[in-house]
Amino acid sequence: METGPLPQSTVVSGDVLHVGGAAGFSGDRTDATGPVVDALINSPGPSVLIFETLAERTLALAQLARRQDPSAGYEPLLDDLVGPVLARCLAHGVRIVSNFGAANPVGAARRILAMAAEQGLRQPKVAVVLGDDLLADHGPQWRALLPDRHVVSANAYLGAESIADALREGADIVVCGRVADPSLVLGPALAHFGWSMSDWDRLAGATMAGHLLECGAQVCGGYYADPGFKDVPNLANIGFPIAEIHADGSCIVGKPPGTGGIINAHCVKEQLLYEIHDPQAYLTPDVVADIGAATVTELGPDRVRLAGVRGHARPDELKVNICYENGWLAEGEISYAGARAEARARLAADILRERLAGLGTLRVDLIGVISVFADDGGSAFGQMASGHARDVRLRVALSHQDRASAERLTREVTALYTCGPAGGGGVRVSLRPRLGLDSSTVPRDRVSMRHVFIEK
Amino acid sequence: MITVPLYRAAHGRTGDKGDLSNISVIAWSPEFWDLLVEQVTEAAVAALFASRHPSSVRRYLLPQLQAMNFVLDSVLDGGVNSSLNLDTHGKNLSYLLLELPIRVPPNLEALLVGTNDEALDSR
Repeated sequence: METGPLPQSTVVSGDVLHVGGAAGFSGDRTDATGPVVDALINSPGPSVLIFETLAERTLALAQLARRQDPSAGYEPLLDDLVGPVLARCLAHGVRIVSNFGAANPVGAARRILAMAAEQGLRQPKVAVVLGDDLLADHGPQWRALLPDRHVVSANAYLGAESIADALREGADIVVCGRVADPSLVLGPALAHFGWSMSDWDRLAGATMAGHLLECGAQVCGGYYADPGFKDVPNLANIGFPIAEIHADGSCIVGKPPGTGGIINAHCVKEQLLYEIHDPQAYLTPDVVADIGAATVTELGPDRVRLAGVRGHARPDELKVNICYENGWLAEGEISYAGARAEARARLAADILRERLAGLGTLRVDLIGVISVFADDGGSAFGQMASGHARDVRLRVALSHQDRASAERLTREVTALYTCGPAGGGGVRVSLRPRLGLDSSTVPRDRVSMRHVFIEK
Repeated sequence: MITVPLYRAAHGRTGDKGDLSNISVIAWSPEFWDLLVEQVTEAAVAALFASRHPSSVRRYLLPQLQAMNFVLDSVLDGGVNSSLNLDTHGKNLSYLLLELPIRVPPNLEALLVGTNDEALDSR
């Protein structure tokens, strides 16, 4: 593998697959997709658009939504993400691969078919990848393993093979539920380059390209800016990433022309290590990726090459996330400003501690003095001497299995208006159900990964 | 030698999985790499994070990227699904690590980025 910069002519010639990353989570900007699609249409050769919208908890929330409404349970912003670009993608052969199916991939596929009909487009060939939902396939077995818990979802992380199969069979759009995020990119690369499923180095290279894309703008200067240290131009119009994937598994990351943000070696390194533990063993269902000798090279403005990724044989088992109902989270806030504001906020905290004693851990934050760096148990809080902050927002939180007990916090914070220290204002309270999450693994042969085409 | 916060020689980003936080430390210049390896150690980071009660702190080195990755176990009060923290993911924790004081020799001072945080100096 080369370690120095390559001449531009070397890296743009040859067989290249362009993959655009149009979303990094459920709730990401939806207006960033247009410029990515335009750039993909203008790039030579085949291209694919991916949307990554499925964080660990998102799927459990989607499962709860589906319980309320059997036609729901897929990405709520599906229409906003796909609607504006569907016509151009179909007209120019830009294929779409996403996990926006969440807890109802078939429902998402049907909605996309309906969108195409509403827009007067040809009927797209839409495939869904199934098998991740272990409660759908093996519900009683899984529930029996966790008899004391109200299990909401149990999903295995699928790999890239079914995505690749569906694309080889001509899918315009592949809708998944829980697949490993980088598999959204590896699947199209497998279909395009025809790599063997044991070509570990190439699989690992495309997997890490997927890793760079899976958080959307985070590789383009998003989640990076720090004035005076890391200045990023035009964050309000940040471009989302496009990876050129090469036949050797290396990639070049760029972004659409005219968009904001920045792609340099520093922000690519930050994203390369994001949510990585042992850099020589990044586990995915498809391969164990190893960036121990990987190189990151700036080729030009907003063009960075990742090469030298190595791969090792994939794990024998698939990761499984199990979500279960886990009580209630209660939070409350109130503001104190001006003379002795911190002393009044601390007095309010003492009142709440006394009134809510016996309900378990009560977390106390003095926003503006000490908050997110501190631990729930209050040891950092306890070590900090009282000061003279003049603009403090007191925030308290507790969780409890019993709704009425959790709700007591919201009532006590509200009561500070009349029963608490002078001048407290701006009470906000919230009470939300909590989900717990356990991770486990399951042998591959217990999971029946498959794809089907949906026609209405 | 002058003492500066780590953020003048390196930058980083936090990620989370369950109750575990990973924080990258990436040298602003290759010239800083050796002193980062020497001073930004598992022990130094464990001490800085004492109030978050890590059960282990592991450091992985990537010299070709002038980057290291810290993995801190059990620092998220159970993680995004059970923490009472406003920042349940611990996304801010890279800025705690980047406050670690480091000693920089005079010949590398010109490579330092930015200036010391006034609020930090006056604390």
